[in-house]
Amino acid sequence: MSTPAQTVGPFLHIGLSWLGGEFVVPHGTPGSIWIHGVLLDGSAEPVRDGLIETWQADPDGRFDHPDDPRGAVEGFRGFGRSATTVDGHFAVLTLLPGALPGCAPHINVSVFARGLLHRVVTRIYFPQFDNASDPVFESVPEARRRTLVAKSTEDGYRFDIRLQGDEETVFFDV
Amino acid sequence: MNLIGYRRDPEGIHPPLDSPSYGSTRLRHPGERLVLLPHGLTEITGPLLGSGRVTKTDSDLTLREPLGQRVILHGRVLDGDGRAVPDALVEIWQANAAGRYLHNADRWPAPLDPGFDGVGRALTDSRGRYRFLTIKPGAYPWRNHHNAWRPAHIHFSVFGMAFTQRLVTQMYFPDDPLLPHDPIFNAVPDERARGRMVARFDLAVTEPNWALAFEFDIVLRGRDKTPEHR
Repeated sequence: MSTPAQTVGPFLHIGLSWLGGEFVVPHGTPGSIWIHGVLLDGSAEPVRDGLIETWQADPDGRFDHPDDPRGAVEGFRGFGRSATTVDGHFAVLTLLPGALPGCAPHINVSVFARGLLHRVVTRIYFPQFDNASDPVFESVPEARRRTLVAKSTEDGYRFDIRLQGDEETVFFDV
Repeated sequence: MNLIGYRRDPEGIHPPLDSPSYGSTRLRHPGERLVLLPHGLTEITGPLLGSGRVTKTDSDLTLREPLGQRVILHGRVLDGDGRAVPDALVEIWQANAAGRYLHNADRWPAPLDPGFDGVGRALTDSRGRYRFLTIKPGAYPWRNHHNAWRPAHIHFSVFGMAFTQRLVTQMYFPDDPLLPHDPIFNAVPDERARGRMVARFDLAVTEPNWALAFEFDIVLRGRDKTPEHR
């Protein structure tokens, strides 16, 4: 039986901040995009003691991982980590993920914070793709799907995460 | 593509996100139901962060001779079938012996210790084992309710093989009188599951004239036997 989850608490930065955590790819990588957002609580106040982690396929839809039955493709870390600032802001520099078989391009996001006894998980989808054909996206009640779609910005995308209340982000049972 | 996913934990193992006795959950738990996420490629894979990120000394938090009771923390990272998870990144952070964190948001008047930063990292070996040398953290007060004190604890963050296995938890010490009063520990509904967050005193690994030892195994989710029904 699994070990239970507990909150990261307010001092998560001590253990979970890394130099370069935000850089899924190094600065200046051709085609790199910033994904920016804010993490907000049920009163629309910024969460300043939170952390997001991202996990995604490379631009060809491949993973550097032995359990991918198509084979591992080396070279792309696929993982980003950004603690929120006092304004609740987070950001990762990455490459747009490719489509997976039968799925639209997406990035998995784990959210940790003081007051979250277990991580919550959401997904970032992108506005330029046919998300309606993605089985996970399609399983979400239609009125809430827009909370999963990032908005285009000058240097990439914007994806805000609302833990509770109006326009609450869709979270998944993993 | 037929993919083997990971078993979902039964109710009662993990704390409900809405746990009113822990006040900070009030505005931070989702109000809507979680949407079931079938395990696809993004879920059965995950970051394998080991090599290059951890040095030999990262697991020794006592190099600058901090004050406090020296302890060896060791254990294994296992999956739900008892199989070792090798090369798993284990990150820990904790308060010093006086119960104070090296963090500018921690303002309670207990002394900082210039010899202690409270952060450690380790990679599990081929048998899933990890080992830290640190000091026992102190209990500290917090503002959750009147006369609230956190029991001594060490924060653990673990990456398994897959996105589904990601776990952040806290390790507690046996026989701590504060445990029955702690809303974070007791937010886990299942009593046996709560017990899995409490380390075991380990006399066999305790080093004479040097350090007490505690054993703490961390169990991540196990794999399904067959592909998940869609």
